[in-house]
Amino acid sequence: MSEHAHSSGARVYVLTLVALLILTGITVGASYINFGSASANIIIAIAIATVKVSLVALFFMHLRHDNPLNAIIFISSLIFLGIFLAFPLIDIQSREKVIPNGLRVREQVAAPKQAAPVPAAPAHH
Amino acid sequence: MADIVATPKSHGHGDHHDVDYLHDGSLLSWLTTVDHKKLGVMYLWSVFFMFFLGGVFALLVRLELMNPGQTIMTAEQYNKAFTLHGAIMVFLVIIPSIPAALGNFALPLMLGAKDVAFPRLNLLSFWIYVTGAIIATVAMLTGGVDTGWTFYTPYSTTADGPVALMTFAAFVLGFSSILTGVNFVATVHKLRAPGMGWFKMPLFVWGIYATAIIQILATPVLAITLLLLIFERLFGVGVFDPKLGGDPVLFQHFFWFYSHPAVYIMILPGMAIISEVIPAMSQKVFFGYKATAFSSVAIAIVSFVVWGHHMFTSGQSQLAGAIFSFLTFLVGIPSAIKVFNWITTMYKGSISLAAPMLYALMFLILFGIGGLTGIFLGTMSVDIHLHDTYFVVAHFHYVMMGSTLIAFLAGVHFWWPKMFGRMYNERAAQIAAFFVFIGFNTTFLPQFLLGSRGMPRRYYDYLPEFTFLHQVSTVGSWLLGLGFVIMAGYLFASLRKKMDAPSNPWHARTLDWQTSSPPITHNFHEIPVLKQGPYDYFKPFEPSVEGYHE
Amino acid sequence: MSSESHGHAAEHAFRQHHFVNSEQQFDTSKLGMWLFLATEILMFGGLFVGFGLMQANYPEAWVAGHHHLDRIMGSINTVFLLCSSFTMVMAVHASSTNQKSKTVLNLLATLAFAGGFMVIKYFEYSHKFHEGILPGRYFSYAGGGPPEQAMFFGFYFAMTGIHGIHVLVGMILITWILIRAQRGDFSSAYYTPVDLVGLYWHLVDLIWIYLFPLLYLVS
Repeated sequence: MSEHAHSSGARVYVLTLVALLILTGITVGASYINFGSASANIIIAIAIATVKVSLVALFFMHLRHDNPLNAIIFISSLIFLGIFLAFPLIDIQSREKVIPNGLRVREQVAAPKQAAPVPAAPAHH
Repeated sequence: MADIVATPKSHGHGDHHDVDYLHDGSLLSWLTTVDHKKLGVMYLWSVFFMFFLGGVFALLVRLELMNPGQTIMTAEQYNKAFTLHGAIMVFLVIIPSIPAALGNFALPLMLGAKDVAFPRLNLLSFWIYVTGAIIATVAMLTGGVDTGWTFYTPYSTTADGPVALMTFAAFVLGFSSILTGVNFVATVHKLRAPGMGWFKMPLFVWGIYATAIIQILATPVLAITLLLLIFERLFGVGVFDPKLGGDPVLFQHFFWFYSHPAVYIMILPGMAIISEVIPAMSQKVFFGYKATAFSSVAIAIVSFVVWGHHMFTSGQSQLAGAIFSFLTFLVGIPSAIKVFNWITTMYKGSISLAAPMLYALMFLILFGIGGLTGIFLGTMSVDIHLHDTYFVVAHFHYVMMGSTLIAFLAGVHFWWPKMFGRMYNERAAQIAAFFVFIGFNTTFLPQFLLGSRGMPRRYYDYLPEFTFLHQVSTVGSWLLGLGFVIMAGYLFASLRKKMDAPSNPWHARTLDWQTSSPPITHNFHEIPVLKQGPYDYFKPFEPSVEGYHE
Repeated sequence: MSSESHGHAAEHAFRQHHFVNSEQQFDTSKLGMWLFLATEILMFGGLFVGFGLMQANYPEAWVAGHHHLDRIMGSINTVFLLCSSFTMVMAVHASSTNQKSKTVLNLLATLAFAGGFMVIKYFEYSHKFHEGILPGRYFSYAGGGPPEQAMFFGFYFAMTGIHGIHVLVGMILITWILIRAQRGDFSSAYYTPVDLVGLYWHLVDLIWIYLFPLLYLVS
């Protein structure tokens, strides 16, 4: 067990906490600023959050000095979460493009039938 | 990873037992045991019982379908019957069967370990399973559920009946699966015997390991899916309700993100068993060990990016469908690699046709059919016509029953002498295997025809032209049932015999056969130091455990 | 996941028979905890995915929903949890270096911050209920805005509610560790339970680090 002695010591933890609190201040401050599009704000907020998460994981959770397998497990879970987000997002984003095309095709097929005259009919009265 | 600790002698508190695990402790002590072998056996009996229950529902469903219109039950009862059949079989039988029953028993033995990494967590997993089973039973007895085991919204969020209870049962059962997965990954990383590098592990271990990865990553998403479903029923939250701005297709994304990898939780352990039975029964080194090992992990990973092939006709976008369809083809590749390796392993081997091998050979044929038809269904243009027909029903029965369950039976027959110290009657086993094989194909082969001719699934009634094939299928179900009745007979009869099974009836080389049949409580007096690979049949046998022979 | 014996005070009495030495047991326990944390990430992640997908569908309703959330209270809660993570890791450090009273004090501080978090949560929730903001069919907010706001709040209550339950569970676990630390169970040779509870607690913090901006800060 002593091989896993925290070479960090208390100093690193204090510095990490300070960094986290500063980043929190930054992210709250950034939320009052409009960066253009709505997605820009979200991306900045998530980016800052990701830095905070990395600090907690590396230093408070000791991933920096730990068996790399633990870090692999952590990163893998995030990657699969990313897959879970990405595919339905692709689905949702690409849905509307199909329906309007489909409607247009149907309208074109319907129109000629209504416009076509019936020239031979009157002779049969 | 320098996880192998090179200290073969370990002194625990109770190492001096020479009593086999079956006779160690009172009957009541089994309820609080942390011995992986006892837990495995308890899971085995639970799975057998649940299989019987799910099977009764199946026979009832098939009996109803003997004729068009009402035969023995109303339409509402029919919907409940197939829902309960599916829910029991998926959550209470197939998913736990191989990992929890056989994996728990055999994994530590194969690794040369004295138990799994977290024995008390293992006990907790078992009791969570029992709790889930009880909750599901209460749901069955208080009216049952008719949503299909897939609980699709909006019907599941609005239907009457104990839907919240049944889904809560599945939620609870999920945790049993998760904790088993955690235990197995930790065990494989940390408790291998000295000398057992990753590529000296038996392929069963690779398969269980890949399964455990899926259990850990996928099952939590089922948990949250069911929780959201319950929230929608209890609070009307509306995530899946179009009237409130929700999206029912979102439910399907959530549900299948778990449930597709779940089917690989089912098949990977089955393949893992086949990878043990075939080399042992062919007395031959495994052909393509590394390819097979890696293919297990590849299947586990690719299984996470194909779930949309269950949703081609759901309203999912064509682009998403096309992506999922393409990725689905990829998952067939590692599966095919395994099939070729199994067959090549048998080539020029000294083949024994004992019961485990009969089931392994059955697996090769039935998985070939099941796996290929999966590719047909994964082709989006074809699936448009086959979705929600009997073709799908036939496909998944060929993979879930014809492959996973058959592999489970192979494993049960393979490890039975090790688990209970007795051999079953081989002739009776051959007869049962015959009925199982003939019965299974008679039941499900016609269903491919029914489906491609337009018979929808989950339908209570059908057009008269489908009658003959339905009747053939129903008769098949009786033959299948007969096979299982015979099996139950000889298996239970064997337990009344004297415990005189040899320690290595199959002359296999893995460490689980270098223990007594049944093993002592602590598995090994000393942690073995591995001397040979798991399939080194081309070399004379060198025991890793003193006193054991091939 | 954690290993304990039946009342022995000696360090190696906590070692279980199937492990070869204490280091193997400690490493394995940690591995097991990280695997469990992965499952929590996927479970909570599911909620985040649902939230994100619905936000893509209804950006205005999401913006309207955000305005009902108090940024100050959310920020205070963030600070509380970050500080609690700090005191938690200080407790782990102290228990691994045989400093019993420092361990106990830091665990108490962690509990205090966690309690503060739950108090603020209580005020937030009661304010919402007062305004008629409740999950699902009980949503009766009369102040106007896009109807899909109700779904935003459905997610809000689900995410903060499940997170809150995890905080409560964490407080129970920390209390248990506190009692054991006071009893003198831990030393540099054996402090696994403190480390494992610490990892769980940090995860609770990690989830909040993402929850806070996504729920409270997007404008």
